[in-house]
Amino acid sequence: MSNLFSVILLQATLQAMTPILLASLAGVLCARVGVFNMALEGQMLVGAFFAVVGSYYGGSALAGVAAALVAVLVFTLPLALGTTWLRGDNISICIALNLLASGLTSFLLRIVFGVSGTFSDPAILPIVKLRWLWLRNIPVAGILTWAQTPITFLSWALIGVVWFLLFRTPIGLRLRGVGERPDAAQALGVDVSRYRIVTVLGSSLLLGLAGAQLSLGTVSVFSEDMTAGRGWIALVAVMLARSDPLWAAAACLLFGFTDAIGLRLQSIGLPNQLTDITPYVITLIVIVLNSGRSSIRLRMR
Amino acid sequence: MSFTFPHLRRAHRRLPTALWSILASFVVGGLVLLSTGNNPLTAYRALVSGALSLPNLPDTLNWAMPVVGMTLVAAIPLRAGMLNLGGDGQLVVGGLVAAIVPLHLPFTGFAAIIISMAAAIIAAGLYALLAAWGEISRGIPMLISSLLLNYPAVGVASYLVRFPLRDTTSNLPQSAMIPLDDRLPALVGPLNVGAPVMIAVALAYVWFERRTVGGLELRLSGINARFARYGGIHLARQAYGVMFVSGGIAGLVGSIIVLGSHFRFIDDGLLAPSFGPTGFMAALLAGGQPLGSVAAGLFFAAMQIGGVGMQRDTEVPRVLTMVLQAITILLIALFRRQRTDRE
Repeated sequence: MSNLFSVILLQATLQAMTPILLASLAGVLCARVGVFNMALEGQMLVGAFFAVVGSYYGGSALAGVAAALVAVLVFTLPLALGTTWLRGDNISICIALNLLASGLTSFLLRIVFGVSGTFSDPAILPIVKLRWLWLRNIPVAGILTWAQTPITFLSWALIGVVWFLLFRTPIGLRLRGVGERPDAAQALGVDVSRYRIVTVLGSSLLLGLAGAQLSLGTVSVFSEDMTAGRGWIALVAVMLARSDPLWAAAACLLFGFTDAIGLRLQSIGLPNQLTDITPYVITLIVIVLNSGRSSIRLRMR
Repeated sequence: MSFTFPHLRRAHRRLPTALWSILASFVVGGLVLLSTGNNPLTAYRALVSGALSLPNLPDTLNWAMPVVGMTLVAAIPLRAGMLNLGGDGQLVVGGLVAAIVPLHLPFTGFAAIIISMAAAIIAAGLYALLAAWGEISRGIPMLISSLLLNYPAVGVASYLVRFPLRDTTSNLPQSAMIPLDDRLPALVGPLNVGAPVMIAVALAYVWFERRTVGGLELRLSGINARFARYGGIHLARQAYGVMFVSGGIAGLVGSIIVLGSHFRFIDDGLLAPSFGPTGFMAALLAGGQPLGSVAAGLFFAAMQIGGVGMQRDTEVPRVLTMVLQAITILLIALFRRQRTDRE
């Protein structure tokens, strides 16, 4: 049991946490402007696929990240414009986007790379892992920061950035106003639609990063539906945190930990069909334990 | 009733949006095909002939059973303004139960089939009730809990058929064969008794939605839940009932596939064909309206069978049909006029 909870486990936790954390920060931003973004899963999946495309054809991990950012931005346009100008139904749009992401990436996987299921190739260049020797000798920090990707470090910084943006800047004040009282914000001269569009599109960049981290951060591979519910877990983190970036990060730390525990249990011989469901079971338990306080509408309308 | 329901009067006006969304999705899909170096006209011709040519018709109908079933799973809650995103998990629970029960009954035959199917329906219905319980008594949104509940169901089923319940006579991850007498009788070709059962369920939903007080309450809460509550509809009781029926139908679909086609529980065998997502999209296309949902389910099933033919004839991957369906749903979500509380 002692080696079940080792420093390595913490390192694995931080690795597993990065995509969920980025997605939940994006979810926090969207929720703050009043857009309930359920499409995190699909956005991340599109990012993961195009990161592999960019890395494979562009010849560098940076090209992969750039491709992921652009692809997710374009993919998010229907959500950004649909919930504002077109006044479409937010939930239906998100469900459609998730299914579109799943179908489109499977289709393109077959068309572009000629394979189904999983695509891996030495030509997919992974994101470089930072190994800082000067940190190496500091007891815990050295191991925690060892061999993490720049995206992981960026995601930690973004917790603070999002918090600062939301609670310490005039833009953040307006953002929150748009979410809490859109009519009042409009009356005060804040362009509600514009704030929503910019926030949803801006947050989509975080999902591009999350996808790139997923497919290029640990192993350079894309497999169908590889996000495997991470977007939904990130959404749960947003709900549990009531759209507070710091609490969302804490929830993501917990979910990253359950992911790492699952992998650890697998390595000591438990069948992976059971260890794979650890994050979802723990997530469900956490929601039930934390429930009864959230105020979420009972029906769609 | 002296007052009319505006959404009923508008129902006919909703059809064109659905139709042109389908057309537009084919145009967008055609552009995707062009940009990937395929001829869209050849691909679509293969798609249509694959779906409708006479020799393929039994296949299309056999494929339609689970798709229409999973459409109803999504449509009934949708009609009441709820979302059941856990159809896949409920399908697996039903299929698993239907594969286990016949192996442990002391008798075979008609009674064994009925008991297995009833057990599958009840188990899947109860699994769906978990999500309803979470929302009603703990305030957990059902659209998230129902979705998250898919993963444990699928994972545990996969574990069970790989280890404790595995058929030791084969190397595949599947449970033992169900005795011959416990299988659903075949009708024509691949069609079995499951198809008329599903037609009966669909007709029952059409009748319930149109002709009963419960159906009226279902529609009312879908249009305006607050008004429905004010009018004396017990929303919590309704949600429990709707989710049990919805999950139960998913369990029924699972049991029909297991008892009528696979004769055992095959790992991933129920989920690989994407009956759940396809049915969900069909229900969204019709807004949960019964006849429209069934029609949309049949249409999407035909598209998928056509996709198999298209993949064989033109090497365009059949998952294109899923892309077309998702684009259709997206366009509907973007452009269909919203029903709001004010109307």
